[in-house]
Amino acid sequence: MNKRSHSIAFWAAVAVFLVAVLSMTQIVRNEYPFFAGYVILQFIALAVAWSILGGYAGYVNFGTNAFFGVGVYTAVALFKATGAPLVVQIAAAAVVGMTLGFGVGLLTLRMRGIFFSIATIALAIIIETFVMNWRFVGGAAGIQIQRPPVMAPFDSYVKMLFFVQAVLVVIAIAIARYVQNSRIGRGLQALRDDELAAECTGVPTLKLKLIACMISGALISAAGAPAAMYLQYADPSSAFNLSYSVSALAMALIGGTAHWIGPVLGAILLGSTQQLLAVTISSEVNVLVLGIMLVLFVVGAPKGIIGLLRPRYRLRAGGKQ
Amino acid sequence: MDLLLGAVVLGVLLGCFYAAVSVGLSVSFGLLDVPHVAHPAFLVLASYGVYQLNESYDIDPLLAGLAITPLFFVFGLLAYRVYYETFERRGSDAAVRGIAFFFGIAFIIEVLIILQFGVDQRSVSATYIGKSWRFGEFRIPIRQLVAFAVALALTVLLAVYLSKTFMGRAIRAVAQDEEALRLMGANPVRIKQFAFGIATAVLGIAGALLIIVAPVEPTLDRAYIGRTFCVVVMAGLGSISGTLIAAIILGVAESIVLTLFGASWAPAISFAMLLGVLAVRPQGLLGR
Repeated sequence: MNKRSHSIAFWAAVAVFLVAVLSMTQIVRNEYPFFAGYVILQFIALAVAWSILGGYAGYVNFGTNAFFGVGVYTAVALFKATGAPLVVQIAAAAVVGMTLGFGVGLLTLRMRGIFFSIATIALAIIIETFVMNWRFVGGAAGIQIQRPPVMAPFDSYVKMLFFVQAVLVVIAIAIARYVQNSRIGRGLQALRDDELAAECTGVPTLKLKLIACMISGALISAAGAPAAMYLQYADPSSAFNLSYSVSALAMALIGGTAHWIGPVLGAILLGSTQQLLAVTISSEVNVLVLGIMLVLFVVGAPKGIIGLLRPRYRLRAGGKQ
Repeated sequence: MDLLLGAVVLGVLLGCFYAAVSVGLSVSFGLLDVPHVAHPAFLVLASYGVYQLNESYDIDPLLAGLAITPLFFVFGLLAYRVYYETFERRGSDAAVRGIAFFFGIAFIIEVLIILQFGVDQRSVSATYIGKSWRFGEFRIPIRQLVAFAVALALTVLLAVYLSKTFMGRAIRAVAQDEEALRLMGANPVRIKQFAFGIATAVLGIAGALLIIVAPVEPTLDRAYIGRTFCVVVMAGLGSISGTLIAAIILGVAESIVLTLFGASWAPAISFAMLLGVLAVRPQGLLGR
């Protein structure tokens, strides 16, 4: 009964959130809040998606930028070849991201700790190099995108993208929430605390890690797909920028990875700070703040913000305590 | 054919240079098991230190590298102390957070360099930079030869230090069996801290070589994550002679690809080789 009422509360909150976002796009005239808000929503989706593999399973993925860039370029290639609508681009990006996740998982998930992390950076660089040499999507110089006309209830493309990204955030959170409460999540937590022990007690570790990697990859690529339309431009070095990796990782770890709300909190907090700093000071200071916060939290508050707020999660997440 | 021969020669020179920039990681990651993702960032930081000394006091880059070595030694001691107190000692999920910790440190260093020096490329001046030797058809820049000689000396020196001196053997012992060392009445943490200091100090010279070979920019460390980890993993963790062999293989491979396919494919080589090694022979060439 308790679980069901939790569920009802969750979906009610989701409905309220989406209605609020939709009515905001209808009422607010100024485009800037949507322009800035889109970036924050994108970071929420990335952080939540990252923590499915990085948080629940404890496999530190440095390759967020690989999946993000693949999402961007799937959308770009599809749009240039067929002029497919945004929804199709996002769906295609999710499928490609999931396939990539499967491949990456098969290749790298037998490695532990640092080897997995380094392997994911390696994949990102290799894919970026291929895209740089791919003439059809503009190569290293990048490609300009002409936005198609905007659809019915929205009066500007940025507002529509804002709504679309909000939907993607909801999907990411719903999936993360499902994974966390299901057998998959419990299995991932078990292998995160002690992979050998989990394997010995019959947890299908490789299968679970593969599933987590595929889900995480699909969600990251989907979140990246609208980026080309948002910027009206795509180029390999910004689509595959390592700062996506550090942002997703930092936001998830700072928020806390024991519960899906952690990455959401971390992304909202850091994302809005970044937006303020980028406007008022500079984008370098932005990354500096992110890095310092990451180091401080990793050293001082290993369970993140939610660990500070709710001691209960400390029990759930900390192996030995 | 001449073109290919030239590429191989340059590749060997380049490879020895890669050995010098990787050898510190071979100690800190290979022997001590510290997930030191910030190693290339420390390297670039050293290069900027050398640049600063060269720019304002006109000191030879190699001497400048030597001058910042003690500073980096202390820096290494401190870095390991922080890492040990916050992660290694607490055990459990320390590995995950340790990686994130060094990743964060790398980004902080990158941004601090940008804030101090800007994003432009920086280079040093010295008498041997800019000239080259001719051998019939192809030319070898003297800066490459200088880097090659110093790199080779540095790598061999460190190998001798680790195998012949008392402290060097202690470092290898702590890598093999920490518990046994503790039972013998030695303090493994102090030995590891010292070893991490050495591994970081070596970066002073390596950083000088980095900026001698080519101009540096703040985000250069990203490319060197691939190169250094490729070399250390291919070598077999902790093997110094393996480091030299692996680095030469990488150098030759990069040089040949550069000649045959052009510069745009070069960054992926080290990462592709790293993935290949991890997939096919994770214990490396001379694994322990």
